[in-house]
Amino acid sequence: MTASTIKLNTTTEDHHIARMAAVALGLTILENAIPSPLPGVKPGLANIVTLIVLSRYGWRVAAWVSLLRVVAGSLLFGNFLTPGFFIGLSGAVCSLALLALSQHLPRRWFGPVTHSILAAFAHITGQMLVVYLWLIPHAGIAYLIPIFATTALLFGTVNGLIAARFMEETSTPSIPQLDKLPDNIPR
Amino acid sequence: MYAAALQHIKPGDWLTLLLGSIFVVVLTLKLWSGDLADKALIRSGGKIFREVPLSRDQQIEVPGPLGISIITIQNRRARISSDPSPRQYCVRQGWLQQAGEIALCLPNQVSVELTGSRKKYDSLNY
Repeated sequence: MTASTIKLNTTTEDHHIARMAAVALGLTILENAIPSPLPGVKPGLANIVTLIVLSRYGWRVAAWVSLLRVVAGSLLFGNFLTPGFFIGLSGAVCSLALLALSQHLPRRWFGPVTHSILAAFAHITGQMLVVYLWLIPHAGIAYLIPIFATTALLFGTVNGLIAARFMEETSTPSIPQLDKLPDNIPR
Repeated sequence: MYAAALQHIKPGDWLTLLLGSIFVVVLTLKLWSGDLADKALIRSGGKIFREVPLSRDQQIEVPGPLGISIITIQNRRARISSDPSPRQYCVRQGWLQQAGEIALCLPNQVSVELTGSRKKYDSLNY
């Protein structure tokens, strides 16, 4: 028997998306190590990557990175197709939908902080919708909404600031290429 | 450090922050105001029979002079689902949800009153 290899033709953009999704995935894993007082209250650090990608490469690439992160992350944590996966997916889809609109806001006045806050609110809305319509169809979960909204505003602002700071510091190529590093750096 | 962080916030971002904060405050006031009832006070023959939280769905049987009234608690609402009274006014009143709402079955001397953290009325006269 001969070993068959499947070769996919990938473009430079594919590699770039994969690299960004991997960075987002790393932040997701990091974040899972932080204890949370209430399921759903998380900083959402991976969204920093989404924000940076959105501002540099546009919405399409940002959507790829964000959805790849959700699917690959669920495979890593073993919750693919579980309720938790659908809650996260719904949140990601809702925030991408809102980002598709908010990216057209004038850049002179609105920065990553605005996009981050709006996406955080959309994220929590998408999550609560799935929880209410599918998992807990009970009016009692309304009592948790203020907690989620407050954390969304807080972490949305913080993530937006981190993204803005990061974009300012590295306004030229996002990831240093190994072959372009100066020769005096030991490898 | 704070000054360095603040320079990344554009005028529109301040607007978003302001509107977001107002949104969160309004949401909190609306959802945590205590207007939604959280307990049901069940009386029989003028005495308090039981006080039950609305958070758990259940059925309670309350004895009265005519027979047994059944009170159903479901989805943070309460109603009298069955009563031996001849005209069935309290049963037809349906679901009670807000604090201060009350259903009375006078012939069987059974009543259900919803209470919240804040009382809407000091007293009700019929």
